[in-house]
Amino acid sequence: MLASLSLLLLCQLIGEAVVRSLGLPLPGPVLGLLLLLILLLGRDRYALLARGPLRNDGVETASKGLLAHLSLLFVPAGVGVVQKLDLLASHGVAIILILSASVVVTLLVTVLTFRLVSRLLRQQDVQ
Amino acid sequence: MKDNSFSLWVYLSQSPLLWLTVTLLVYATTDAVSLATRRHPFANPVLHAMWIIGAFLLVTGTSYTTYFAGAQFVHFLLGPATVALAVPLYENRKRVVSSIVPMLVALVAGSVTAVVSVVLLAELAGLPRDVVLSLAPKSVTAGVAMGIAESLHADPSLTAVAVILTGIMGAIIVTPLMNRTGVTDFRARGFAAGLAAHGIGTARAFQVDEIAGVFSGIAMSLNALVTSFLVPLMVTLLVR
Repeated sequence: MLASLSLLLLCQLIGEAVVRSLGLPLPGPVLGLLLLLILLLGRDRYALLARGPLRNDGVETASKGLLAHLSLLFVPAGVGVVQKLDLLASHGVAIILILSASVVVTLLVTVLTFRLVSRLLRQQDVQ
Repeated sequence: MKDNSFSLWVYLSQSPLLWLTVTLLVYATTDAVSLATRRHPFANPVLHAMWIIGAFLLVTGTSYTTYFAGAQFVHFLLGPATVALAVPLYENRKRVVSSIVPMLVALVAGSVTAVVSVVLLAELAGLPRDVVLSLAPKSVTAGVAMGIAESLHADPSLTAVAVILTGIMGAIIVTPLMNRTGVTDFRARGFAAGLAAHGIGTARAFQVDEIAGVFSGIAMSLNALVTSFLVPLMVTLLVR
């Protein structure tokens, strides 16, 4: 558990360091995600990597535990709404209507494009 | 006695312990309610935790800064949780690789729609220019969206609020909307959820279906990338 959490943090740390030093327009944790993915794929090929958190589903268990509570992690930022109450009082209705209309349109365009292209390629999701 | 309990409050309200406990307790409660309603969209645990804690801060006259000093320990875990998305991605890699073309086309169509629709609607509603700019990156995960807002000289804290509101609305709307469109492909449904509603949409997708969660996580990461390039471009084209 501790080793797995350390591995997640280490991937993020390397991600942040690379992003900062190269000035990439990319969030550090996303690069960390890629790094962990490479490690997991590498483990399948090189048995040498299968140790510590990369053994016996260590990092898998820790990651799933963290992702099971993903919603919780947005609460502190969400409470920040209290700082914007004056703005929401003056433009709140318009802002909420605009955001929800945009979300609906974005969801529809994305899902329908995905299905259309998938159908053009005669691809069905394997159940 | 009264003085005593007052000084105890002064002490506790300044300590991270109280606000960390409040965050976890309130969320545990709203999450239990969400489970009890079999994850009904309107029982979204983030939404209800947000207003309950927000109201508590207002009633007790606590500043957001004081609250965040405790809650930041939870906020901090967003980074490692993003890294952790590598695991479901790895476990479903075959299905992801075989869907790469529909994903990339839907990514471009969706990111452009997310930015253009919000900017046009906000201009149409006659919102002030700095508000329009702050809303533009609203479909991207908070950390990245705030960075984009800063580079546009918009208000990053308003962007954070817009991002969270977008995520919550997306999480509430996505299941009923998708059921109505008749799309049963959980790859497509999840991808749309992550693209339009970032991490909160992804958390919702994982509640509904694991494949949906995986594709949602991918959409969230890719959209963060595309939108960082797209927003500055669209803003110069669309904003007066």
